Amino acid sequence: MIKDITIGQYFPGESVLHHLDPRTKLLLTVLYIVILFMAKSMLAFILIVLLTAALIPISGISFKVIAKSLKPLLFIIIFTMTLNLFFTKGEGEPLLSFWIINIYKEGVSFAIYMIVRIICLITGTGVILTYTTSPIQLTDGIEQLLAPLSKIKLPVHEFAMMMSCALRFIPTLVEETDKIMSAQKARGADFTSGSLIRRAKAIIPILIPLFVSAFRRADELAVAMECRCYHGGEGRTRMNSLHFSARDLLVTLVFVLFGAGVVLLNIFTRGIGIGI
Amino acid sequence: MENAFIKTENLSFSYENGDGGENAVLYDINLEIEKGAFVAILGHNGSGKSTLAKLLNMILTPTGGKIYIDGTDITKPDMSEKDIIDLRSKIGMVFQNPDNQLVATIVEEDVAFGPENLGVEPAEIRRRVDEALATVGMTKYARHSPHQLSGGQKQRVAIAGAIAMLPECIVFDESTAMLDPMGRAEVMNTIEKLNREKNITVLHITHNMNEALCADRVIVMSDGRIILDGVPDEVFSHVEELKSVGLGVPQAAELMYSLSKNGIEIGKITGDENKCAQKLFDLINEK
Repeated sequence: MIKDITIGQYFPGESVLHHLDPRTKLLLTVLYIVILFMAKSMLAFILIVLLTAALIPISGISFKVIAKSLKPLLFIIIFTMTLNLFFTKGEGEPLLSFWIINIYKEGVSFAIYMIVRIICLITGTGVILTYTTSPIQLTDGIEQLLAPLSKIKLPVHEFAMMMSCALRFIPTLVEETDKIMSAQKARGADFTSGSLIRRAKAIIPILIPLFVSAFRRADELAVAMECRCYHGGEGRTRMNSLHFSARDLLVTLVFVLFGAGVVLLNIFTRGIGIGI
Repeated sequence: MENAFIKTENLSFSYENGDGGENAVLYDINLEIEKGAFVAILGHNGSGKSTLAKLLNMILTPTGGKIYIDGTDITKPDMSEKDIIDLRSKIGMVFQNPDNQLVATIVEEDVAFGPENLGVEPAEIRRRVDEALATVGMTKYARHSPHQLSGGQKQRVAIAGAIAMLPECIVFDESTAMLDPMGRAEVMNTIEKLNREKNITVLHITHNMNEALCADRVIVMSDGRIILDGVPDEVFSHVEELKSVGLGVPQAAELMYSLSKNGIEIGKITGDENKCAQKLFDLINEK
């Protein structure tokens, strides 16, 4: 049940996106989000949707996986949509009007843009970064991007190592939670009915054993790491050292072009009234 | 033994308990293990066998006595951090729970963890990782994530991680205890292969009598002391002693023990199934 969570999971593959340098992908993700939030006109949005839609087959990640990752966000999507739909005040006559609720043309377009934005945000960042970058590459990328900060005594390596350990143990702890829940259910625990407070209380007998075991695991892992000569980041080498290639430059260029396209469309189409 | 790889002299260890007193775990252990040996260490829970293992690579520091690894005294006070790292690269360790000793989310990156810590050149790490994975038969799974693997496979990855540091000795601390019979067989085959083909000294800590039979030498511990030490045949002939410290014996030894207790002349008790079968065969032929 909990195993189905796909958000933030890595899918091995051989696509162009898989082979990009993680540092490039981190920067591209930032760039992508900036482009996404800069878009202000319909054509700009279409351009972004095209880019995102093109990235999915390129990455080799199946649509099913992406649809699954969107499912937990359904509530947020509907919530923002409703808010935008009902509470955006527009000029001119409302499209629909009953009681105190007025729906304007602007509200409808805002709601649609919001949905597109959220779906693109999740899909795009997933495809560019989380689905196609192994957590180790990701932490390596972050470590190297932040490396200059270690000069001012920030524990960059320790931070990266902590993050990669955390990522490593997510599936293990999820599995364990499942097991503990089954064990509690077998003894008559009820997690699904009763008031909110009652249900919250029912979670305590899951959390306590989970915490205890997490600490025990951490202790064992620390010993195992020491046995494998871990002594911090000093003098450590990497098997796969990161290096930028022509591919990185090319993909970045494509993204920059898309960004420029969005900016131009924003300026250009506002004048002819398609914008919002 | 002049060229013992591991040598301990009056080794003892105790830890402080809550009320300021001390709980002794090991008493005066004198042990010599030569290079290339396959030694099984048996003992019930709390007999000090895991503590002994952790003392060998300075995860724990002994409270008394000396330990020599490859002729060097590792208990001397001026051990630098570099000396400790050298020591740990010489003695690899594989633990019980396969989930709690894999660091990375990709098999080959986990195997690379040890050599990376040692500061080995990237190209050499690559070579070592490929070789280690081939040795344990996990090359096919190099790009997999550990949670997609079975227990036995995870444990083989952990072994590959130890081999990649090119150790002279690997300590298996109940590495088969959490595995199903298939996983056990996989791991035992790998351990035997390492010992025979790569001449790696193996210390195999276990509860399983049949696994102990694979070793060249069996050491039995109880309450922090070594009570039996010898070739498996010799050790398993002490059925009563083993039972008195809460250990079982291999089925063959159990059978021969029961027979001799019931007045059947069976001769020397052995844990070896083939020898036992031969004796029974001879016995039936005589009658």
